[in-house]
Amino acid sequence: MELTIGPLLYWWPRAAVFDFYAQLADAPVQGIVLGEQVCSRRNEIRFEDWLALARELRAAGKDVRLATLALVMSEAELRTLRRVCEQDEFAVEAGDTAALQVLARAGRRPHTLGPHLNIYNAEALQEHARFGADRWVAPVELSLDAVGRINPAPSSIATEVWGFGRLPLAFSARCFTARHHRLQKDDCQFRCRDDADGLLLRSGEGAEFLALNGVQTQSAALQCLIAQGAALCAAGVNRLRLSPCAQGFDAVIAQFDAVFGHAADGQEALAALRRLPLPGTLVDGFARRAPGLEAA
Amino acid sequence: MQTLPTPGKPQLVCPAGSLRALQLALQAGADAVYLGLKDATNARNFAGLNFDAAQVREGVAQARQLGRQVLMALNTFGDARDRSPWQRAVDRAVELGADALIVADIAVLTDARRRHPQMRLHLSVQASATNYESIQFYREHYGIERAVLPRVLTLQQVQHLIRHSPVPVEVFGFGSLCVMVEGRCALSSYATGQSPNTAGVCSPPSAVRWDEAADGVRARLGGVLIDHYRPGEPRAYPTLCKGRFAVGALPHDYALEEPTSLNTLALLPQLIEAGVAAIKIEGRQRSPAYVAEVTKVWRAAIDSAWAAQSGQGRYSVQAAWDGELARWAEGQQQTLGAYDRPWR
Repeated sequence: MELTIGPLLYWWPRAAVFDFYAQLADAPVQGIVLGEQVCSRRNEIRFEDWLALARELRAAGKDVRLATLALVMSEAELRTLRRVCEQDEFAVEAGDTAALQVLARAGRRPHTLGPHLNIYNAEALQEHARFGADRWVAPVELSLDAVGRINPAPSSIATEVWGFGRLPLAFSARCFTARHHRLQKDDCQFRCRDDADGLLLRSGEGAEFLALNGVQTQSAALQCLIAQGAALCAAGVNRLRLSPCAQGFDAVIAQFDAVFGHAADGQEALAALRRLPLPGTLVDGFARRAPGLEAA
Repeated sequence: MQTLPTPGKPQLVCPAGSLRALQLALQAGADAVYLGLKDATNARNFAGLNFDAAQVREGVAQARQLGRQVLMALNTFGDARDRSPWQRAVDRAVELGADALIVADIAVLTDARRRHPQMRLHLSVQASATNYESIQFYREHYGIERAVLPRVLTLQQVQHLIRHSPVPVEVFGFGSLCVMVEGRCALSSYATGQSPNTAGVCSPPSAVRWDEAADGVRARLGGVLIDHYRPGEPRAYPTLCKGRFAVGALPHDYALEEPTSLNTLALLPQLIEAGVAAIKIEGRQRSPAYVAEVTKVWRAAIDSAWAAQSGQGRYSVQAAWDGELARWAEGQQQTLGAYDRPWR
């Protein structure tokens, strides 16, 4: 089982981003996906910066891919997408169908199918294999039994699932962080910078329910499949995605490495993760074909 | 830069959750109606809604008589365990004489293209195609002949997309507003375990609970408190994204969206000018009366805007139209959605 660090979904200060990736260079993870996937207004780290980071991390032995935006609405966003898809140093993780189209035109293959492409059955995945996909990140709401049916082993396509982190549940044209601050999106004052793990939304009874991250809505809880080793293997999963959070992430990586790299006990690791000051409780309902918010 | 297509008169595409709604939509002047089968193959899979084969046959016959069209929504994603209902639905649509299939899943597109190459395919809003490169992908590989846009683009973005789109474009004109990009929302699935993408249900009635108490009514979805209405306060259906939540210092806020309906009557001339091929009315889950009244208003509005476009008279939103639509709007509120300034 290989560990992939998913794209950073929040807007952290530039220095914090570079520190984060500098530490990852020595972390026990095999893959890293870089780039802005959520909001095109977050432009403090530019394409050239991501490319430079990608080169450094590759030099450190990591398998690096570049992500494209998940919601592409404007010509400016298409221009950025084309730059990512037309470079030929790194494979691309397609955030949107537009990336598939541009990759094909550029003659670029192979590529990863990001979790926001809707692949719910084997026939759909086979179609994408025809277009050159070599890795697939399953939609987060899929159960592991469905994942196993969609891409039964052995397969030319690697299967990655959302192993750890707040679940990206929805995208909107509207920026909910700006809306919360009663600001317009075009004049958002980059307030999402204040929330290193998103802005918590609670139910009327105070239960942590969702997290607002600009145009993206996430779960407040963190999906955690660390104790699902057997089900992951049965489903033919060969990569786990760990989605960055601002607190305790190095300990998260260490626990996942212990379990999936060194055969430590999954339940014990889950208990250890529960004791950490993480930004949310741990859930795994989606993996079990249950509501996603059910506790792990 | 490609030029705008010559504006044509947009088709009025209306919802039919039942044969009665279909009949009323046709009488009220719909150019096309869209409908789905009574199962998970379409995105409005609610009990008591939708069509069996005999009803589709009857609906198609009535539409034909009037020279109108029937579009069949087959717009959920085929189940990994059993894709046969989606395959059967493709065959059904062909047998029953539907004029087009509205599809989101590339497995369904592949299947329809291979086995029924003559069938006309429209790209469903559930495919989340928000730019012309995505539309081009579906055009090249599956020969789609129309794309329905998610309700997330500004008017300028719609204009730009149409200028570059390889196929005609359909936009939503009126109805319940999806705040999230269609096909990209797992909120309901997160709370209830039932997915709009696969089961065709958002905030399903089976997961809704109303708790009455002296201090009002609490609405729950999958156990999560979505809203609390004080005594006398009007209630809305507890759609998750239109609930009231606590964020920061705001204890009871519509953090995502208010119960409100999209209404683009005011933008109709610009949409026609932009070259929109069809205007879609949302609401297969609404009553036949809703379909009849909303269709009447939009028939009149499109006719009037088209006449103005052709140099006859001036288009303006009639107070009577607005009044009628307001009656049917969610929470009696209306919005221009992504077209509107506050979203940008």
